[in-house]
Amino acid sequence: MPESASRLMIQKDAEKAVTIIEFMDRNILDEANIQQIGEEVGRIIDSSPYPKLLVSFENVDHLSSAALGTLITISNKVRQKDGQLRLANIHPQIYEVFVITKLNKLFQIHKNTVEALKAFK
Amino acid sequence: MAPPPTKQRFVLQSRFEEVARVQDAVIAAATAHGFTESQIFAIRLAMEEALTNAIKHGNRLSPGKLVHVEFDCSDSRFRVQVTDEGPGFAPEGVPDPTRGENLERPSGRGVMLMKAYMTKVSFSPSGNRVTMIKRKSCHLPNRD
Repeated sequence: MPESASRLMIQKDAEKAVTIIEFMDRNILDEANIQQIGEEVGRIIDSSPYPKLLVSFENVDHLSSAALGTLITISNKVRQKDGQLRLANIHPQIYEVFVITKLNKLFQIHKNTVEALKAFK
Repeated sequence: MAPPPTKQRFVLQSRFEEVARVQDAVIAAATAHGFTESQIFAIRLAMEEALTNAIKHGNRLSPGKLVHVEFDCSDSRFRVQVTDEGPGFAPEGVPDPTRGENLERPSGRGVMLMKAYMTKVSFSPSGNRVTMIKRKSCHLPNRD
């Protein structure tokens, strides 16, 4: 059975050795979508001994609690490998969801990609 | 003169792929009746949570079980009922996902988000039907 097409755009910042992940879907809403995204990011984390990930929400208009759950799982996986995870470019309406769920306290969230990259150790 | 309310009914199989057609109709109706972009964001988020809960938790993704959706939308109010065919649940038993010990749980935020973004959320006694209302005058989400 052929694999579904990737839902991620992946770049590497060579200077900081950070993998920058963006979403192709403007709404990472449905459970089927977010499960595939979680698996793809999981493979990226597995492939690095010390993962440094920047997840950009540049193209995201909507998200669900399922997406938040997947982010938590990703965060735990990165932490288990002593890696770093930062989020950036979150639209104010989406950021409000993080605040309401108090997940803004769990994640390192930056205004934009430049600021996030500066923060990586 | 205000346009007549939009009323629609859907019967969904317990598959996540079924959600999109309901969401498309809801967004179209809310847009046509003049809800703002942020109100439509709120309705869409709450709908996604309610439908996902019905499919995943209510019907346990069972192919033999259906989800029934009825909504009506006017220039002053959006109202929807989502009913699953599962055994029901007790919404008051869902742990507060914002408490420290629950913060890192990957699930359990759906009901909280529904209540944060909609004017009113109520469950049937058995818990397998949720009714949500968003008034045009409502600009939630609440934040403590």
